[in-house]
Amino acid sequence: MRVSRFGVAMAGALAGGMFIGGHALALPEGIETVKVAPPSKDHPLPEIVSGWNFRAPETQALQSDDFENPGFIWVEQGAELWDAVDGSEGKACASCHGDAAESMASVGAEMPKWSEAKGKPINLEQQINACRTERMGAKAWKWESGELLGMTTFVRNQSRGTPVNVQTDGPMKPWFEKGQNLYYARVGQLDLACANCHQDYYGKRIRADLLSQGQSNGFPTYRLKWQKIGSLHRRFKGCMKQVRAKPYKVGSDEFLALELYVNWRGEGLPVEAPAVRQ
Amino acid sequence: MAKSKPRVKVPKKAGKGEVITIKTLISHKMESGLRKDKKGELIPRQIINRFTAKFNGATVFEAEIQPAISANPYLQFNMRAEDSGEFEFIWVDDDGSTYTKKQALSVS
Amino acid sequence: MKDMTRRDALSLAAGMAVVAAFPMPTMAAADNAMAEIEQFTGGAEAAQSGRVTLEMPEIAENGNTVPLKVSVDSPMTSDDHVKRVIIVSMGNPRPGVATFRFSPMNGVAEASTRMRLAKTQDVVAVAELSDGSFHMTKTTVKVTIGGCGG
Repeated sequence: MRVSRFGVAMAGALAGGMFIGGHALALPEGIETVKVAPPSKDHPLPEIVSGWNFRAPETQALQSDDFENPGFIWVEQGAELWDAVDGSEGKACASCHGDAAESMASVGAEMPKWSEAKGKPINLEQQINACRTERMGAKAWKWESGELLGMTTFVRNQSRGTPVNVQTDGPMKPWFEKGQNLYYARVGQLDLACANCHQDYYGKRIRADLLSQGQSNGFPTYRLKWQKIGSLHRRFKGCMKQVRAKPYKVGSDEFLALELYVNWRGEGLPVEAPAVRQ
Repeated sequence: MAKSKPRVKVPKKAGKGEVITIKTLISHKMESGLRKDKKGELIPRQIINRFTAKFNGATVFEAEIQPAISANPYLQFNMRAEDSGEFEFIWVDDDGSTYTKKQALSVS
Repeated sequence: MKDMTRRDALSLAAGMAVVAAFPMPTMAAADNAMAEIEQFTGGAEAAQSGRVTLEMPEIAENGNTVPLKVSVDSPMTSDDHVKRVIIVSMGNPRPGVATFRFSPMNGVAEASTRMRLAKTQDVVAVAELSDGSFHMTKTTVKVTIGGCGG
């Protein structure tokens, strides 16, 4: 644990936009803090730290200016789609929801949310597609398609700076527990759980990579590795492949539960979408 | 993303003689021509191969680009503002299509 | 060696595991890069005069997107300015990266972009000035491979 604490101390120094090695480090545009205190004593982390803290200054710089952040290509595409009429009902998102800056102001920070109609939680991608199929009479967009990524990123970006805050009690409780179990379950040939890297060893290197807390507040995120934006579920799949486990499917109940639990682990961190990571 | 979309960030106003910074970015996968698909066949190269920035018709800056430039190519350069006028930015794709964007600059 | 195909290079690279001190593929890439530079300068010598600056991270977190900024010390007047700058990779499958064409209108000879680096290598910038002289610089970028970002 001493090693992890060192990581936090380092990250903490960075969080204040301090001078390290003679360079002033700016925070991501639209974000006031990248480190918050855990909301309760029984939280598994001593400090909640955005993935931004764990990246090299060059990667951080890509998120310091919205123009230089390539994730905004998708935000702009989503903004166009917001106003575009599609489907048999002749509606656009804007027909019901008006100005996204107002109607979507905190939506992205509160997903996944309980859906009475579905009898289970629903995340942002699923909610967008539910609107399309049930209200617009349009086809659901494919997961990881340019359209769904664009709309998800655009809607989540409306909540940028808003602290993550998900419901975990009531009907959400069994889903929260399911996600928690998945987080601590060792899987794959490498026999690793999420917690082994992102709770026990964040701030430490795994080969050439600096491990983060695996926070979700930046998703959808522009990853340099992908050279495009991607969903949280795509990242989950990547992690599972890296521990040589058979990944669950994007949009599956397992990833939905894990998304809820991981979002809860980052409660209080402002939404950064679209973040830029390595 | 099917169609490429250019973005530019240029100040709208500048003082005479001021050196301004121009930032440009275009959405493009920049397929290198060196990657293989799942069948093991080479994916044909398709990149933005040229970028030109003109001001009142005169070429200010030009870049010939190779596949080693990252996806969603970013280019930043400068210009000394002497007169008011209009920028024209042109990106040329391997497939022959061009993308353009214009923006006015007022110099006082 | 110049006609070596990628497949040959790869099999050579595999052979390197046995003969570890046999840096042939790297030499081939470097040869190609030197040819690219020679074509740019027309055979003229490029001076390491300190006039060209190439800013890149010492360690790139991911080789797919590595920021690069090149600047040349020049007054950028019609009599004395930078005409072109070429960026060349010493270790990529192909040496060419970009050629920037400047004009006195630029005010300063400076350009930024983001490039792909297949592995740890040197990147070279060569500038052609209006007086016909060539100036160069190079920088080494380590590319991290392995871990979850690679």
